[in-house]
Amino acid sequence: SVSHSQITRLYSRFTSLDKGENGTLSREDFQRIPELAINPLGDRIINAFFPEGEDQVNFRGFMRTLAHFRPIEDNEKNKDQNGPEPLNSRSNKLHFAFRLYDLDKDDKISRDELLQVLRMMVGVNISDEQLGSIADRTIQEADQDGDSAISFAEFVKVLEKVDVEQKMSIRFLH
Amino acid sequence: LDYQHVQVPFEITLWIMLASLAKIGFHLYNKLPSVVPESCLLIFVGLIMGGIIYGLNDRSPPVMDSDIFFLYLLPPIVLDAGYFMPSRPFFENIGTILLYAVVGTIWNVFGIGFSLYGICQVKAFQLQDVSLLHNLLFGSLIAAVDPVAVLAVFEEIHVNEKLHILVFGESLLNDAVTVVLYKLFRSFCEMPTIKSVDVFAGVGKFFVVGLGGVLVGLSFGFTAAFTTRFTKDIRVIEPLFVFLYSYLSYLTAEMFHLSGIVAIISCAMGMKRYVEANISLKSHTTVKYFMKMWSSVSDTLIFIFLGVSTIGENHEWNWPYICFTVIFCLIWRALGVLVLTFFVNRFHVNTITSKDQFIIAYGGLRGAICFSLVFLLPDFHRKKLFIAATTVVILFTVFIQGMTIRPLVDLLAVKRKRESAPTVGEQIHIRFLDHLLAGIEDISGHWGQYYWKDKLENFNSKYLQKILLREYDQPKSSIVLLYEKLERKHAIELAQAGQLGHGPAHPSFLCPAFLCSSSDRTVITDQKLEDTLNPDALDNMQEILARNLYRIRRTGPAYNRHTLPGDSEPTEQAKEILILRHKSL
Repeated sequence: SVSHSQITRLYSRFTSLDKGENGTLSREDFQRIPELAINPLGDRIINAFFPEGEDQVNFRGFMRTLAHFRPIEDNEKNKDQNGPEPLNSRSNKLHFAFRLYDLDKDDKISRDELLQVLRMMVGVNISDEQLGSIADRTIQEADQDGDSAISFAEFVKVLEKVDVEQKMSIRFLH
Repeated sequence: LDYQHVQVPFEITLWIMLASLAKIGFHLYNKLPSVVPESCLLIFVGLIMGGIIYGLNDRSPPVMDSDIFFLYLLPPIVLDAGYFMPSRPFFENIGTILLYAVVGTIWNVFGIGFSLYGICQVKAFQLQDVSLLHNLLFGSLIAAVDPVAVLAVFEEIHVNEKLHILVFGESLLNDAVTVVLYKLFRSFCEMPTIKSVDVFAGVGKFFVVGLGGVLVGLSFGFTAAFTTRFTKDIRVIEPLFVFLYSYLSYLTAEMFHLSGIVAIISCAMGMKRYVEANISLKSHTTVKYFMKMWSSVSDTLIFIFLGVSTIGENHEWNWPYICFTVIFCLIWRALGVLVLTFFVNRFHVNTITSKDQFIIAYGGLRGAICFSLVFLLPDFHRKKLFIAATTVVILFTVFIQGMTIRPLVDLLAVKRKRESAPTVGEQIHIRFLDHLLAGIEDISGHWGQYYWKDKLENFNSKYLQKILLREYDQPKSSIVLLYEKLERKHAIELAQAGQLGHGPAHPSFLCPAFLCSSSDRTVITDQKLEDTLNPDALDNMQEILARNLYRIRRTGPAYNRHTLPGDSEPTEQAKEILILRHKSL
């Protein structure tokens, strides 16, 4: 699990963000981080911290979300086959990313959801048609069951060759 | 018969011809290259040639001249390596690579030197006249891992990108250390007494050699990029500039006793992106092909010469010394890798597994650089011993280790390199994950690995691109290039199937039959079909896309959310994102 020093570090970060000093973070607290403001996915990432329908997140929730980004250690891989899957497993990491795409939580990335994300990642000077073509291509490459949407399994398959463990791990939490 | 007149060029051409024919020969028999690496076969051919010459003339065959090797044969190989070096993984792992190259080599040199000195103390071996300094000198030339040999073997086993870059990068960069130590010990040999001041001077020299090499290389690289800015009207000689400047950087560095290898690598890496943007597509292809061709010829010649030079009377076979040299080389390298990896893994997310460590240690092949260095040694009475030991080590590493590494890799099931290029979807998702990770890192308050990369990108777009690029437009992002390539492929397929320009748009324009599974697709109108197939419109689209696909967050000067400084590109991007977000709120 997470070590003592890591918890201390994260807690000090949590308190430095918590301007209202009430032990929880609100969305405004996150939005105060300047780099996040110019991150194309900033809003979605912030949303990921807040449980369904709530506006405050406590330290436990904060840590829980960040726990997804712990690196996967070799000796952990085989340890607990029967227990619940750790939050930072490859599958859970990918699920986290998937949930950022899938806003309506129907377990599928539809063309519209993909377009929304693409639109966020790309500038304002690209026409909708051009973006639509790219979105179509992306879906077409991944789609295997022909429903014009990307399911979680298909999403995993697309990224099977990518080193997700590295791409979704922060050194800090090691 | 006027042989004297044409002798030199004739013989050179014959050698090259022989080398190339040998290469064809191996590949004719399909199974051979997979069992025996090409380098082994070439040395073998060299051995045969040497044997023939020896038998015919009854004197030693021509030994590979060190000057020829260092001035003519080595630069093309290193240039090829540096130019095609994938810079992103290289810089992501630069810390580890430098650690292995510098600390690892020093460790090996002193380890081998001291242990061999210990062996020399044993009376039974009759080696007592080999002093510590001589042993250290020998250690310095035998410890260096050789990029030529490593490349030759690793190309065939296709290990994963990270491992490849680690061993490859290390083998290239340890040249600086080797050269300094070699020259240092050689000068110590000639000095009657050694003061500690000299030792410190040696250490300082190492930094000078490495950094100086980088500086020389970068300056030549940027000059090359600048030159190509003006070559629009003389496309035919564009490739020449790439080679001329690279070679000049190598020679200049060698002239100043700096590391030529480091210089040529930095030159290639520095000029690559600007030159490629400036020169025409055909010149670019020419550059790539010529580089590959020259490095291939050099590579072949080196190994053949290695074989040829082995035969003859240059050797003194003191078997205990030689055997222990081989053993110590293996042991010290293994130990070095173990210890260094232990430290590396403490600071890194991606641990280097024990399988990887084994491959790194086992893949430490010695090659022609050691060979040339040993011939460059001043003539002293034990030189032939060193020559013999070097030959055996090289033959051992190239043959035994080279041949067994592939089955061992298979045995250990090392993560192999992905063979195919990423798809558009993959690219988008990867960029998505990058943004996500950047955001999470910002939240958790720790700079990730993007910090320096972003700083460099900033510097690049602000200053370098304006000076070095002919037209200051954004290079196409990889997603765009990929998309373009795929679209063109489809266009060609459609044209071949006779559908281009005929009748209404085919509903499966964007998905040829083998990818489509159902006919329920968005129907593209005629207009769009035309637009997206028209190469000019395509180009336009890609250009816009390239300009607009957001980069990962920049960590430039700290700024206030409400007052954005200046009018530079990253702040434009920032402005747009903020406007978008405000609109959506």
